[in-house]
Amino acid sequence: MGYKFTTEEFNRLLSDLKKQYRVYAPVLLKGKGRFSDTDVVGYGEIQNIDDVIFTQKSYFSPKEIFYPISETMFYFTEDEYREPKVESKEIIVFLRSCDINAVERLDKIMLENGKEPDYYYHRLRSKVKFIKIDCPTSFDSCFCVSMGTNYTDNYSASIHSDNNGLYLCDVKEDINGLFSSYGTFAEFKPLFVEENDFSVEVPEDINLATIAEHDLWQEYSSRCVACGRCNTSCPTCSCFTVQDIFYEDNPKCGERRRVWASCQIDGFTDMAGGHSFRKDKGQRMRFKVMHKINDFKKRFGMHMCVGCGRCDDVCPEYISFSRCVNKVSAAVQGVNNDG
Amino acid sequence: MVKNPYLPFKAKILDIKKQTDIDWTYRLECSLSPEWGQFVEVSIPGVGECPISISDFGDDYIELTIRRVGKVTDVIHQLNQCDNLFIRGPYGKGFPIPDFYDKHLIIAAGGTGLAPVKSIINHFYDHPDKLTKFNLLIGFKTPSDFLFKDEIDKWKDNLNVTITVDRAENDNWDGNVGLITNYVPKINIFKIENVRVVVVGPPVMMKFTVQEFIKLGVPEENIWVSFERKMCCGVGKCGHCKIDDTYVCLEGPVFNYTKAKKLID
Repeated sequence: MGYKFTTEEFNRLLSDLKKQYRVYAPVLLKGKGRFSDTDVVGYGEIQNIDDVIFTQKSYFSPKEIFYPISETMFYFTEDEYREPKVESKEIIVFLRSCDINAVERLDKIMLENGKEPDYYYHRLRSKVKFIKIDCPTSFDSCFCVSMGTNYTDNYSASIHSDNNGLYLCDVKEDINGLFSSYGTFAEFKPLFVEENDFSVEVPEDINLATIAEHDLWQEYSSRCVACGRCNTSCPTCSCFTVQDIFYEDNPKCGERRRVWASCQIDGFTDMAGGHSFRKDKGQRMRFKVMHKINDFKKRFGMHMCVGCGRCDDVCPEYISFSRCVNKVSAAVQGVNNDG
Repeated sequence: MVKNPYLPFKAKILDIKKQTDIDWTYRLECSLSPEWGQFVEVSIPGVGECPISISDFGDDYIELTIRRVGKVTDVIHQLNQCDNLFIRGPYGKGFPIPDFYDKHLIIAAGGTGLAPVKSIINHFYDHPDKLTKFNLLIGFKTPSDFLFKDEIDKWKDNLNVTITVDRAENDNWDGNVGLITNYVPKINIFKIENVRVVVVGPPVMMKFTVQEFIKLGVPEENIWVSFERKMCCGVGKCGHCKIDDTYVCLEGPVFNYTKAKKLID
């Protein structure tokens, strides 16, 4: 069902929603850019619809809202521990098609992999509803069409801004009847990107042993600086490390936390005793790329990468994941042709 | 209600046996009934958590052989009898013990690799009738790195045990010297199709020892290995132990060699 809203109408809807929900969207984070006095688009709570940035891709993905960068698993005293409480408010997230598809991938690993769902992820994720931001056009570095993630129908409502104070929504779930009560009925179909500037060919039938030894990874050995930005900006990267901290004033009390981890950064595979794997950064790139376009699909039936292109946007060495995938594709074809 | 797999439980240290200067075996009070070859996540709140393989178990205890090599194990070695460790698990897939029944079992263990297979050895030591033959190959770096001395002496009485050290150094050692791979061809094998092999140890040792068994004609599907990786969560979420589309904490740490040989870190 389509509805249209003026800014004022949508803000009234938001203020009603905010009684029950925390509402997150891409917002301008003032002064948080890479260089001094620059801004960056990231996720934050919004007060009104004007806070939402519709015209740029967010630098960070929405995953941090329900899968925090650092999360307390439990607090402990000498021999007792207690789980942190979770806020009773539910969560609404404004995000694009690729990111909704990305959350479906996070769900696969966090909820379906192994015998039981991840307790902490589940308790936040089950509170989340999506509002899909329409993508009338593609941004730089997007390749969602190649990954088949330009489309989704997994949302409560979609929102399209005409950048002139008018908002058009395709409503699938009229949350608390608010969309129908504040909006005006309008014929409207949500917009999806149909074409990106760049397309990626994901290779099939990869022979992992052959591709791991291919010399295409060598350039990344010298170019990659192992900063891990590609992982932290990725909407589907989900690795974490468990860490204990104790309080300075009383070392017998503290907390166990989990924090995001990166397969590109030193120490990811280090074991006590000195063994580790993938010391070479080119091989770490291979590990990441193969996870995104090969391993995950074997396990869960869909590619992990959703083509948002954020890893390309954030890399300080201008390494392009999408171009690397095409290199892999060419290499796989070369290998297969060589018999 | 989703249960929280990350919450550990308290397990009292019943006994500590010091095998070497740095390898100590802890008997912990708990009833986990693990499979042979599974592991647990062991922690000390405020210090951290680490995966440790279960070296032996009974109805109301498990044993962990813990080498002092890191942040958590340094602190574990400061604990005494009746102190508590925090445990969660058991995790992973262990050895398919029934597949070894009525077969000629050969276990090749290098160094601390002996820990995850010790319970299997004890099982077949107690039930020799379940195997047609049993060979044990054990390798240590030097004579001072010996683990489970008392048990090895016990095993020697009834089992075919070959022990070798990489270097004898100046120790008073009159036994075998050389890599474990040298002793694989010396095993008496009557029917190669009856042989089942378990190889556990450092990655290089496993790789070359398996090759020796393949040279003897043991089919890959009759060889099992156990992997050591950084299993941070143990439940298939944290990603540290992932190899290709395999999670060592879920599908391993024990793998049949037909699977293990395809895994590329």
